[in-house]
Amino acid sequence: MDYLLSVITIAGINIIMALSFYLPFMTGQISIGQAGFMSIGAYASAICTAKFGLPYVPAVLIGGMCAAIVGFILGIPALRIKGIYLLLLTLGFGEIVRVVFINVDYIGAAAGFPGIPYQEHTLLYAYGTVLIFIVLFNRLRKSRMGRALQAVGSDEDTAEVIGVNITAVKLIAFSSGAFIAGIGGGIFAHYQEYVEPLMFDVMHSVEFLVFTIFGGIQIFWGPIFGAFALTLIPEFLRFIQEWRMELYGALLILMMIVRPQGFISLDSVKTLENAFWRLFGKNTAAVLSPGQTEGK
Amino acid sequence: MILEIKDIVKYFNGFCALMNVELDVEENRLHAIIGPNGAGKTTLFNLISGIYDVSEGQIAFREKSINALKPHQRAELGISRTFQIVRLFGHMSVLENVMLGSHCKTRTGLLKTLFRVSLRELEEEKTTRENAMRWLEFVGIAHKASQIAANLPHAEQRLVEIARALSQDPNLLLFDEPAAGMNPKETLDLESLIVKINQMGKTVLLIEHNMDLVMEISHVISVLNFGAKIAEGKPSEIQENPVVIEAYLGRKR
Repeated sequence: MDYLLSVITIAGINIIMALSFYLPFMTGQISIGQAGFMSIGAYASAICTAKFGLPYVPAVLIGGMCAAIVGFILGIPALRIKGIYLLLLTLGFGEIVRVVFINVDYIGAAAGFPGIPYQEHTLLYAYGTVLIFIVLFNRLRKSRMGRALQAVGSDEDTAEVIGVNITAVKLIAFSSGAFIAGIGGGIFAHYQEYVEPLMFDVMHSVEFLVFTIFGGIQIFWGPIFGAFALTLIPEFLRFIQEWRMELYGALLILMMIVRPQGFISLDSVKTLENAFWRLFGKNTAAVLSPGQTEGK
Repeated sequence: MILEIKDIVKYFNGFCALMNVELDVEENRLHAIIGPNGAGKTTLFNLISGIYDVSEGQIAFREKSINALKPHQRAELGISRTFQIVRLFGHMSVLENVMLGSHCKTRTGLLKTLFRVSLRELEEEKTTRENAMRWLEFVGIAHKASQIAANLPHAEQRLVEIARALSQDPNLLLFDEPAAGMNPKETLDLESLIVKINQMGKTVLLIEHNMDLVMEISHVISVLNFGAKIAEGKPSEIQENPVVIEAYLGRKR
């Protein structure tokens, strides 16, 4: 039971991390430096609680803020480049952060940072955070900024000509993504009681990307589902022991062939939403407001 | 004068796409730009809307130079455009596409959206939506508001693009071959739509290959050929201008 709970807790943290990848991804920015932002949040919040005795919640928020500030600074050069080059820049960034942490004695250097106060309600905090992000992402979806994010992601030149300040939009998305990653890192650190630079290597950043692509890139439910499912599936595959990672890999390949748009698409969410409102009153006219396809 | 273009030159890697072009567009005019393919018409639009920077020369909008402004700043000033090949955000709904046009005139930022600090944000969203619906009604496709933009037929996508440009509340509209790919009936509807837009007090700069349409509705026509302006005048003058006839049809033997 304890084991299952710990897996579910880690899944919650992974959901937060997948969302942190997803937000800049919406504007077409692929970042594989999210583990770097996560480690900044983890170390910053750990310093707050372990060294300065701050309470958990403000410490985690400070961790998020630190990551956001670094994200903002990194975002400025990152805006000028696209695609594969941005990928490399964020990859390099993640590694730099890791190497810096390895060399700072104040936070334990390569030996790691022990003695971080344990948060026994991490499960609640993680999923509480996820819930807040669900509300926020849902608000974003039907808002001025949300439309701008999507527009920039789909065709940034056109977006700029019709009056979207793409520099601002991308910078906001990138640093907000870093903020979310920092929050994830803070929660992670106080669950593990111990962090070391190796926990935040680039493979983790790639994992967050995989969660998102697998779950679906059209709407934020995709990364949420992807992170949850892909954290749990390897655990359920334990019965075949040494073959489970192969099966996991095969599953990903199969998924990309059968359903390249990801597990959860915009249409599936709309169908569910419509069904929901049909069941629980509210006239359908209200449901067919923007972003909805009628009778398709 | 709403738009003054002075001596602009545009090079692409040594190729001179526009040389010393001068163009004055008067307020409330329906000003057409015609010319054979490759004459530099779309390049001119790209320079006005800021997609490219000019190599030399000045572009002034309402007496202020806009050379240094980015595309989104020019949109904010009141210049909006459509594209030769329709450029909608395909996976978004028609309404969302048009609502995006209001982006530069509205202010609600990320934090205000997320934390709903005041009712102003919700009101702004409502106004944006009503405004977008009004323009969709104006171009005549309000009934398609909730459809995904990419699923619409070509002519209707073009109308969505026009509605999006209008929802930016522009003073100057650039239409780049709006009738391309439309059937005669659609072209006629488009013609009256452009006239209606112009009569609302909006200055229209129009690139078009459909000569019937151009001659019918324009107040002034400028003719470009090989990157230079070769003629300018009323439709009747242009039709009889020997230089223009030569550019289109070749020299008489």
